[in-house]
Amino acid sequence: MELQRFPGGVHPEEHKSQSASRPIHAAFVPRKLVLPMRQHIGQPAKPVVKVGDHVLKGQTIAEADGYVSVALHAPSSGTVTEIGLASVPHPSGLPDLCITIETDGRDEWAARTPIDWRNTDPAALRGHVRDLGIAGLGGAVFPSSIKLDPAGGPPIHTLILNGGECEPWITCDDRLMRERAEDILEGARIMQHLLGAERLIAGIEDNKPEAIAAMQAAAQKLGLTIEIAAMPTIYPGGGGKQITKTLTGLDTPSGGRTTDVGVQVFNVGTSYALARAILHGEPLISRIVTITGHVLRPQNFEVLIGTPMSELLLHAGERDGTTGIIMGGPMMGFDVPDMDVPVVKATNCVLAKSKELFPPKPRELPCIRCTQCVPVCPAKLQPQQLYWFARAKDLGRAQEYHLFDCIECGCCSYVCPSHIPLVDYYRYAKSEIWAREKEKRLADTARDRHEFRLFRMEREKKEKAERLAAKAQSKKAEAPALSTPEQDAKKKLIQEALARAQAKKAAVAPKNTDNLPPDKQAEIAEIEARRAKIVEIAKQPVEPEQH
Amino acid sequence: MLTAILVMAGIAIALGAVLGFAALRYKVEGDPMVERIDAILPQTQCGQCGYPGCRPYATAIAKGEADINLCPPGGEDGVKKLAELLGVEPKPLDETHGVTKPKSVAYIQEDLCIGCTLCIQACPVDAILGAAKQMHTIIASECTGCELCVAPCPVDCISMVPLQEDLGSWKWKYPVFRLKQVG
Ligand code: SF4
Ligand code: SF4
Ligand code: SF4
Repeated sequence: MELQRFPGGVHPEEHKSQSASRPIHAAFVPRKLVLPMRQHIGQPAKPVVKVGDHVLKGQTIAEADGYVSVALHAPSSGTVTEIGLASVPHPSGLPDLCITIETDGRDEWAARTPIDWRNTDPAALRGHVRDLGIAGLGGAVFPSSIKLDPAGGPPIHTLILNGGECEPWITCDDRLMRERAEDILEGARIMQHLLGAERLIAGIEDNKPEAIAAMQAAAQKLGLTIEIAAMPTIYPGGGGKQITKTLTGLDTPSGGRTTDVGVQVFNVGTSYALARAILHGEPLISRIVTITGHVLRPQNFEVLIGTPMSELLLHAGERDGTTGIIMGGPMMGFDVPDMDVPVVKATNCVLAKSKELFPPKPRELPCIRCTQCVPVCPAKLQPQQLYWFARAKDLGRAQEYHLFDCIECGCCSYVCPSHIPLVDYYRYAKSEIWAREKEKRLADTARDRHEFRLFRMEREKKEKAERLAAKAQSKKAEAPALSTPEQDAKKKLIQEALARAQAKKAAVAPKNTDNLPPDKQAEIAEIEARRAKIVEIAKQPVEPEQH
Repeated sequence: MLTAILVMAGIAIALGAVLGFAALRYKVEGDPMVERIDAILPQTQCGQCGYPGCRPYATAIAKGEADINLCPPGGEDGVKKLAELLGVEPKPLDETHGVTKPKSVAYIQEDLCIGCTLCIQACPVDAILGAAKQMHTIIASECTGCELCVAPCPVDCISMVPLQEDLGSWKWKYPVFRLKQVG
């Protein structure tokens, strides 16, 4: 098989040997598990348990909410102690809705039902994939059920198993392939069945010879037709578009996905999780995580989702001088807000930092237009131009220069002699554009609703006029009473309700406006004055319309 | 069989005629300039600009009757975009019409609501649910934060709550720009 070279890329120091030499450490059950509802791309999962409920290992605790969503399960047996905001691993540092489970140590499984996938309708099988919580474990955590649906796009001819693992420090896929290759390939079989792909290729970087050998042996044992390719080690060779180029020679069009050229890419970890789910009825409740960096015993662990990162550090031997944790690798990862955040489905690596391993970034200097960032960009972009536009907040021009083709790999910042955090600028620009699009959508709905209201009021006015005209016709003789007893009664009712409500308000809402500093009181007085004025205006009789 | 076909064809022709007539009769005479200005305005429909909604203000700008800096929800950013569209110099927001505030939504304290329906009548986007003498509530996702429902409430049970940033609405911040002193 002939390999192609994708454009750009860099060779950062690997740092993989530290954690790759030890076998995967079996899962341990921590006292407390914290499970965020938003661990995948799309709609957050919806909790289906209450505080106080006892749950079994593998029991659904939150269900998928809509098409782009997946379910979430209890990683061990225990009691739900809290459903509320808690700290999560996210670059924002903002808390999110989580279910907290106090484990009982029994680790007691709920019923597990393997699925006879060969005799299951594809749509139903994808439903199982979603309800078993499977999302991409390579880092993007996109719901796998959607990626396994070939409808609506060009037919998928090739399924790629991504064992690239190009980020420095991370070795979880390497160990998984070495130790559990058969399950990975079983999962690939199910994926191939769902996608109808003729060709199956596994791409593994050539710095992992043991993994390549293990995958070859497993393929032989299972009698599976698969091409296993040793790819040159270049960062970011494990990117979806990059591995597609390397293995098939196909270029993904700008603004498109690999499926546009008939290729679907799955991480080996996802394939493994899928096999466990379908063949053994085990939902996604654990994953392999590399714990490395500034720890005594860098190693891969099988970790229950929801395990606090600080406990993992203890298991791997926490060292003095730990300055923080990066989730993911040094190129694409981010600092977690505190050490107690839980491991989530996207956590492939917990990288402990120290001043020596990760010295503070040198200060940013102005761009000298050296264009060193251009040849390393795997998306064939012009990073210095993108930076220029993003910095000037010229979002339109940034988009013209294909900002959204940027995969945020960080190659450009890696080589930049001015130490500019280029990717931060691109992320800022992207999220600003998304926010503006959302605002625009909201404004459009508001406009529609306002126009509909104007239309409705016009219609009601007309209908009322017609009704009145008809009434006037029929009641011509009768003199109109100024106020009917009926209306009087109604007025009285309103008056009473008002008095009641005011009494109630005085009771339930004690004034918090006493003892305020004079500036606050002035502000309140001003607001009250404005309110009074508006009420005044509202009371004025409306000018009768001229016809 | 033939009658059935004829009847169906007849209905189709009649409906087509009605639709065609409606299209002519109710054709919206859209002024492209008004449309483009309206597309920039935030559609809060709050009336702070002195016009009964965003579209009337857009119309006034297009006619050259109103200045471009009267819309507080649109803020400086909105003024800048309008200036760009109209090819004029941007100017600071006219603060006599109000200041730009963080986006808020109205909140009805439901145990106080007497169900008078006055707020429903004030809401420009029909974002309040409720019937006479029933408790009312705001559809937060549709509320534009215009504050028009606050004043009419006879029991003062509506307050404006600023929207909190959460993971769904969070944005990457503009990188803090640090330059090393050279020389
Ligand atoms: S981060 Fe974006 S611009 Fe920079 S090298 Fe990677 S793809 Fe290119
Ligand atoms: S590498 Fe850095 S300094 Fe050189 S052109 Fe790119 S952004 Fe500018
Ligand atoms: S001030 Fe209010 S009504 Fe006027 S344009 Fe701005 S949002 Fe629309």
